[in-house]
Amino acid sequence: MSMIRKTRKSAFSLATVLLIAGAMPAFASSSEAEFKAAYAAAEAANNAAASLRNQWTTTAAALAAAKQAADSGDFDQAVASSKEAEALAKASIFQAESEKEAWQALEIR
Amino acid sequence: MHSASAALVLAALSFTVPSAIAADTPDPVADAKAFQKYFTDKFPKLRLADFVNGPYSMNEDMRRQWDEKEQFPPYDFSLDMGKEMFSKPFKNGKSYLDCFPNQGIGIRQNYPYFDEKEGKVITLELALNRCREANGEEPFSYVKDEMAALTAYMAFTSRGKPFDIKIPNDPRALEAYRNGKRYFYTRRGQLNFSCASCHVQNPGERIRAEVLAPALGILNAMPIYRSEWGGMGTTSRRFTTCNSQIRGVPLDPQSDEYRDLEYYLSYVSNGLPISGPGARP
Repeated sequence: MSMIRKTRKSAFSLATVLLIAGAMPAFASSSEAEFKAAYAAAEAANNAAASLRNQWTTTAAALAAAKQAADSGDFDQAVASSKEAEALAKASIFQAESEKEAWQALEIR
Repeated sequence: MHSASAALVLAALSFTVPSAIAADTPDPVADAKAFQKYFTDKFPKLRLADFVNGPYSMNEDMRRQWDEKEQFPPYDFSLDMGKEMFSKPFKNGKSYLDCFPNQGIGIRQNYPYFDEKEGKVITLELALNRCREANGEEPFSYVKDEMAALTAYMAFTSRGKPFDIKIPNDPRALEAYRNGKRYFYTRRGQLNFSCASCHVQNPGERIRAEVLAPALGILNAMPIYRSEWGGMGTTSRRFTTCNSQIRGVPLDPQSDEYRDLEYYLSYVSNGLPISGPGARP
């Protein structure tokens, strides 16, 4: 009897642990809101690059990958791709800003 | 992965930024002289006019292949198509002949020009589409076969005529020239290349399987049949493709930047003969 109770108790505990474990990723992983914020930041940086006439194809590819991941519900990947897009866009902005003067160093004189 | 490469590029860029260089007023005559001297010094065995043959002027094996290819040139179909299109009347009875000086024959070397009324650079491709629109026709794509065919025919009728690009005494023309020059030397795209990275610093060198063409005379051969493309390409196609190859988002064909770039690049090749349509690997 006590053996059965013990087994039931441990089965209940296991089920609880599994339930918690199942629920855990939802707490640890990125949410749709986080994706939206990361994507908006990446898009804003890419728009700033566009105003400097210096967007990169890799930024566009990362933004597309972010959207695709979000559409399939993979918000971890969506946030990661958004952050990648933002980093690329910021690098393109830096390039455009520095080249405003630096291009002259290459000029044939 | 890409974040890491972006960080790398940022780091590389921070080392390449020189101290501010004072912006100077451009001197196109001196620029063209220095530009041509740079290439003739770099390739002392080449005749000036030979630079219009691009990679074929830089590599003996390729030149031999090209000589043979020229017996049945791959651009011939396009040339025939362009000739037919050029004289075929629009729906209103007029044709391209009515839009151009000398009925469009032997005038390629004068394009692009600076239009003082409009205050902008007018390229041959743009003038062709404006001609179509003024006569009630839809414009052609700047990167497709019809535009390549028309410019091929116009270039063919101008073969051997030296580029004769003028910069009128108008500050806007000088500004357009300077903008074109800036675009040519400005690094862009994730690969951090400028036009000059390939076509000034490395002509004759290989980039993968290709031999890079010198910037001097590079537009004299346009439009070109490219084996890599399996078809004809306009100047617009060349510019936009270059941008995407270095992982930059291309601008719209015939945007101000590309028009100014064509103006600058054509001007510094003044005196070199038109050789288009050309063929390239």
